[in-house]
Amino acid sequence: MRPEDLLLPTPSGVCCKTGGFYIDPTRPVDRALITHGHSDHARAGHGAVLATQETLDIMRLRYGEDFAGSTQAIRYGETVSLNGVSATFHPAGHVLGSAQIAVERKGCRIVASGDYKDVPDPTCAPFELIPCDVFITEATFGLPVFRHPDPDAEIARLLHSVTLFPERAHLVGAYTLGKAQRVIALIRKAGYRDPIYLHGAMETLSHYYQSRGIDLGDLRPVRDMKKGELGGTITLCPPSALKEVWSRRFPDPVTAYASGWMRVRARARQSLVQLPLVISDHADWDGLRDTIVATGASEIWVTHGQEDALVHWCGTQGLKARPLDIVGYGDEDETDGVSNEGEAGNPI
Amino acid sequence: MNRFAELLDRLAYEPGRNNKLRLMTDYFRHTPDPERGYALAALTGSLVFQHAKPGMIRALITERTDPVLFGLSRDFVGDTSETIALMWPVPEVQPNFVPTITDVVTTLNTLGKTQLPAQIARWLDALDETGRWALLKLVTGALRVGVSARLAKTAAAALGDKDVTDIELMWSGLEAPYEDLFAWLEGRGEKPETTDPAPFRPAMLAHAIEGTDFEKLDPSDFMAEWKWDGIRVQASAGVNAHGDRIVRMYSRTGEDISKSFPDLLESLNFNGSLDGELLILRDRRVQSFNVLQQRLNRKAVTPKLIHDYPAHLRAYDLLVDGNEDLRELPFEIRRKRLQSFIARHAHPRLDLSPLVPFATWDELAAARADPASAGAGEDADAVEGVMIKRKDSPYVPGRPKGLWWKWKRDPFTVDAVLMYAQRGSGKRSSFYSDYTFGVWTMIDGEQTLVPVGKAYFGFTDEELIKIDRFVRNNTVERFGPVRAVKFGPDEGLVLEVAFEGLQRSTRHKSGLAMRFPRIARLRWDKPPKEADRLETLEKMLAQPAKREPVLRPVAR
Repeated sequence: MRPEDLLLPTPSGVCCKTGGFYIDPTRPVDRALITHGHSDHARAGHGAVLATQETLDIMRLRYGEDFAGSTQAIRYGETVSLNGVSATFHPAGHVLGSAQIAVERKGCRIVASGDYKDVPDPTCAPFELIPCDVFITEATFGLPVFRHPDPDAEIARLLHSVTLFPERAHLVGAYTLGKAQRVIALIRKAGYRDPIYLHGAMETLSHYYQSRGIDLGDLRPVRDMKKGELGGTITLCPPSALKEVWSRRFPDPVTAYASGWMRVRARARQSLVQLPLVISDHADWDGLRDTIVATGASEIWVTHGQEDALVHWCGTQGLKARPLDIVGYGDEDETDGVSNEGEAGNPI
Repeated sequence: MNRFAELLDRLAYEPGRNNKLRLMTDYFRHTPDPERGYALAALTGSLVFQHAKPGMIRALITERTDPVLFGLSRDFVGDTSETIALMWPVPEVQPNFVPTITDVVTTLNTLGKTQLPAQIARWLDALDETGRWALLKLVTGALRVGVSARLAKTAAAALGDKDVTDIELMWSGLEAPYEDLFAWLEGRGEKPETTDPAPFRPAMLAHAIEGTDFEKLDPSDFMAEWKWDGIRVQASAGVNAHGDRIVRMYSRTGEDISKSFPDLLESLNFNGSLDGELLILRDRRVQSFNVLQQRLNRKAVTPKLIHDYPAHLRAYDLLVDGNEDLRELPFEIRRKRLQSFIARHAHPRLDLSPLVPFATWDELAAARADPASAGAGEDADAVEGVMIKRKDSPYVPGRPKGLWWKWKRDPFTVDAVLMYAQRGSGKRSSFYSDYTFGVWTMIDGEQTLVPVGKAYFGFTDEELIKIDRFVRNNTVERFGPVRAVKFGPDEGLVLEVAFEGLQRSTRHKSGLAMRFPRIARLRWDKPPKEADRLETLEKMLAQPAKREPVLRPVAR
């Protein structure tokens, strides 16, 4: 069968007519399969939602109990059959609970990878490579200028700054779901044992991560602290808080921002932070290319980000590739130059 | 190179002066010789080698990457050299060395032009993204991380709790990698002996005078002279141990700017050190600062540039006459010595800045308001105000209190309407503190505001909080860190903007550019429809320097 007969790209997400479902639809539908909890992929208001337990929990924490008509949890490696179409969830390595969804019928397998990264992350299950005929990939960092550095080295820069400016507070802007918890875990991995302070918006999800057995150490709400006590401390906050009146409660803060976008100076400068940390939860240019080749797929569909460059590259490798032009991925919650949501939200 | 790259990276994002100092001092403390010395040389702009041309660097990447991907990347990043640093293909087998700045500097000093591209490629192969970015900055000769030579020297001085003045005094006699300097700073060696015959002597600066200061000052204790609107410089000359004449021109911060003014250097036939103003004179008339600017910051000083923009030195003070240091003498005596010094070393490119006679502060105020009738004649447009100097003042480095005052002309002012506000950086990153303002003009039969400038200082902290609140409550649109605010004939905020001059500009929609604009007052009381019009500014452009005489200077 033709891949388009199995999964049809539409402006509001890929649709499986035979199976009667959409994957990560950007408008309310009867049945949705959700790859992960970032709000540009996981929206409220669907009839039935199939996702990993973590993704369902995250959606419930963000949208409230009534976020969907009904829900069904699925484990990694588990397959469900929907009107003769089988769907299997596999780890995507992006954030806690993130999954790639392999859709299969009559010997044709398409993998919708959602957002993914192929490097280790202490806060979520590692990316699993699934051979397929068609691979649907993101392209958030789909330009050769994006090669993410070793995240431990980026954290070392943060900790060096804390040593060098012990009287100043260090404020780290990070997306509330995934990035913040990964940054905290990396700071712990580097041996930092002091309490780490949280902006109010970070508390719920960070505590949820802890409840799932992820060790983030001593986390405390920053709201209980006095200005004088915050010199030499590290506080995590949503990126937008860096520019809000909220940040004035800190003594002469060093502002940091953990995002793959920080690789490009013009973007980092526009965010006005003093310590850009290049830490990303998306595959970089090398990761995208390696993954595409390793899936063995002969056809590549590119969803969001820098589609042009990745599609061009696929062409040079003799792979059939097309951009999907789905409207609405990567542009959630953009405000004033810094996005609070998934990194796919280009901060400009 | 990696540590230096990391330092440059941090400096480029850090706006605060003291924080920049901390970062540099930390680097100097933890980096061995000679690496830190070459870093200091790079930061102070003291490295001399054949710089790589951007075209050569671009050729390197074109050979190595897909042109379509390079084009898309370049468009995204917005800067060619950064794009190259980021997308440089890492070789399969990475070289087993990381170049140090020492390697780079010493190699570039000796390398032939034809070998340059291959060498730079080898270095790029061996470095990471930040390292490649720093290397490209270094080899193309433009660091641009917001650090002046003086600031870098101050950071080095902090290693040994020394005064930056000491380093500046010996600087021109030192050479990279400055091992003797660091040894002295760390208490491991003697203070470096310098035998430089034309060293920089730290400049004496003035305080701005306030209206209330005059009551406390007796006019008979002071002398006054014009404050020329050029560049304050120091010209030093002498003979070295080999009998060669050395002539140098320094900016007031001690940067050696000799290379930019070979024509003027040739004209100085004295031994000693003069403090003065660098000006452009045509037919013996002082040209405006706008004209002088045409000559500044040019990479190549061509014969045509020298011919069209002849440089001139107008002397204010004599620091050293031959081998005699005059700096301890009173200004009045130095001034007499200066007169005879200029007479002895007469040259059409060198003259004496005249005194402004006065008996009372009111007389001086009148001269300041109308320099043309008070002796400046046709050069009045190039007068930026008056300098008031105590007759008994020695020449003290820095900005000592109570000896010298500057009394600038009153600025021009215009009432403009706030149109856009941008967040500041560092301490101001939660404040909308950079303001774009406009004035009215008729476009297609409609009264329209056109932007005429941007200002980010002049207001108090309290006023900043108030404007910030206004911006947040009146935002109509957002573009990245910029917000457009409400404005119209009956809504919006009027800012009284002070500025030093106007220039035609093709860069701005209004066709005008302001020099040194700042916010003088907030006019909450004024409806925007009563703000000024573009035509008013255009009139100023047509007839400059006509200002009302005012005795009291503007408060800020």
